[in-house]
Amino acid sequence: MNIVVLVKQVPDSSAERTLRSDDNTVDRESASNVINEMDEYAIEEALKLTEAHGGTVTLLSMGPERATEAIRKGLQMGPDSGVHVVDDALAGSCALATSKVLAAALRTLSPDLILCGAEATDARGQVVPQMVAERLGVAALTGTRKLTVDGTSLTAERQTEAGYEVISASTPAVVSVWDTINEPRFPSFKGIMAAKKKPIQTVTLADLGIAADEVGVAGASTAVVEHSKRPPRAAGTRVEDSGQGGQALVEFLSSEKFV
Amino acid sequence: MAEVLVLVKVADGKVNKATLEALTIARALGEPAAVAVGAPADVVDTLGEYGATKVYVADAPELNDYLVAPAVTVLEQLVREASPAAVLIPSTQEGKEIAGRLAVRLDNGVLIDVNDLAADGTATQVVFAGSAIVKSKVTRGVPLVTVRPSSVTPTTAPVTPAVVPVAVTLSDVDKAARVVERVVEAKGARPELTEASVVVSGGRGIGSADNFKLVEELADLLGGAVGASRAATDSGFYPHQFQVGQTGKTVSPQLYIALGISGAIQHRAGMQTSKTIVAVNKDPEAPIFELADFGVVGNLFDVVPQAAEEIRRRKG
Ligand SMILES: Cc1cc2nc3c(=O)[nH]c(=O)nc-3n(C[C@H](O)[C@H](O)[C@H](O)COP(=O)(O)OP(=O)(O)OC[C@H]3O[C@@H](n4cnc5c(N)ncnc54)[C@H](O)[C@@H]3O)c2cc1C
Ligand SMILES: Nc1ncnc2c1ncn2[C@@H]1O[C@H](COP(=O)(O)O)[C@@H](O)[C@H]1O
Repeated sequence: MNIVVLVKQVPDSSAERTLRSDDNTVDRESASNVINEMDEYAIEEALKLTEAHGGTVTLLSMGPERATEAIRKGLQMGPDSGVHVVDDALAGSCALATSKVLAAALRTLSPDLILCGAEATDARGQVVPQMVAERLGVAALTGTRKLTVDGTSLTAERQTEAGYEVISASTPAVVSVWDTINEPRFPSFKGIMAAKKKPIQTVTLADLGIAADEVGVAGASTAVVEHSKRPPRAAGTRVEDSGQGGQALVEFLSSEKFV
Repeated sequence: MAEVLVLVKVADGKVNKATLEALTIARALGEPAAVAVGAPADVVDTLGEYGATKVYVADAPELNDYLVAPAVTVLEQLVREASPAAVLIPSTQEGKEIAGRLAVRLDNGVLIDVNDLAADGTATQVVFAGSAIVKSKVTRGVPLVTVRPSSVTPTTAPVTPAVVPVAVTLSDVDKAARVVERVVEAKGARPELTEASVVVSGGRGIGSADNFKLVEELADLLGGAVGASRAATDSGFYPHQFQVGQTGKTVSPQLYIALGISGAIQHRAGMQTSKTIVAVNKDPEAPIFELADFGVVGNLFDVVPQAAEEIRRRKG
């Protein structure tokens, strides 16, 4: 079973994130960047599947030059190789354009299974997996917390508001995973050394037959017209509990008409 | 006036609150036309109460066997036929996915998790853990947005809707992912987390699954929902579906009470826009106090039972 895992480099969510003042796009230069956390769960699931069923794991990422760091980092966990779609024209791509590029790259790789994170922490879109599946004309099993593969048949369990659902489909398919699916392994020393020598193929838009004006800021289907910092919340009253903390709390709730 | 399509989300057999909010926003943009896919027939009354002048109804029994495809197919058809002024979808996981697939089919831009949509199509979004406000526009196609729950207060504007049946034909690709089982887990009498006006959440400081009874007790006294931090769900104190934060639910209640939660940025991402925030934590340095309107520095095992007792006393 040949698996491609989609990985995205995102600004670290524990650090301050900003938008650029010139073109209102996510500032990816000054941010400290990491591999999108949920994508690590997708890599782990891919490794587990190939350990059980055989096959290869390829990481695919679209992003600026420095996104190779995310691919290299992911390779430390054990995948075989990486593909990096990089092109100056891609800067500022909307989700529609991103899915077009990823789908085009996936067609050249023709995997049995495409695994990805359920959402990226930067824009929190949760749309790319469905968009890629739609473009490829395959099923999408999203937000998966448990995945079972039996030959070409896939069964996924996912949490819903009311409980959970079990969904089935056949390969090829896109499966997006939630962070409840597994516990990603830490790279071993051997894994870190091995990752340095693993191949990462660089692919341009021309290689994929996509014109520069279909993507990036030029081809974007949405635009940010302005952005501002939200005023930080001001801290309010704070009391030390010296025996009456609970009563003070209720007094506050009552003054705000909650009790 | 042009139609504004609003996709109807049904939970527990009823139109959910996020749909009513979307209808409220839609009224400012044009004629709200609700789109009910595989929904029970009596939703029409509720939709009319909230101003839907038209309800498109697609209801074949097989529609509920598939995930997002039926709604995508119906909406695609309606956008092509009715040239709406905008398409509004409640921003659940499913809603976002429907919006994504629809965007590809129509080659139409999509904006996720908007808090408001103005008549000129400008959408307002709160991003990066609530630290920035962004105004965006769809520049290709109609404004297609998902509306974040609790963005506005739903208001009624009763009309009698015209019911328009819609026929759907699903393609083979639409049928590629099939729902084989839906399991409903008992959720008790508490309100839905993303819709509740009061949320009481517990963190690692709660210490055990058993101690979560304290959180539940306070939530019940205030008529609220129970939430949890990731440390609490990962430790098995409380089920994952109640996690609040970046990789959990985003809540925006009138009152959010954080018990034994430090206030990590990923937790704040899910509750920062709450109207009033109250925190109980024994560490005076806990970052949660930076955003709390009222904080008690103390042991929650003393403070919370005392507060519960005091509420009971006041209620008489
Ligand atoms: C990519 C990513 C996504 C994440 N997503 C989420 C998310 O969606 N939601 C989320 O919550 N977290 C998320 N996290 C985790 C987040 O970083 C924190 O680790 C988590 O929120 C901590 O939970 P906590 O506040 O309950 O635990 P802690 O940080 O351990 O805090 C426990 C608090 O309880 C207090 N306490 C202990 N005992 C008592 C007592 N008896 N009385 C009063 N106070 C007491 C302590 O002083 C402490 O402040 C994410 C992390 C990453 C990297
Ligand atoms: N530029 C990208 N390159 C590779 N994978 C991506 C990219 N953007 C999104 N993805 C994948 O799609 C998932 C969901 O992203 P999103 O829809 O942006 O929340 C991510 O977890 C990734 O697996």
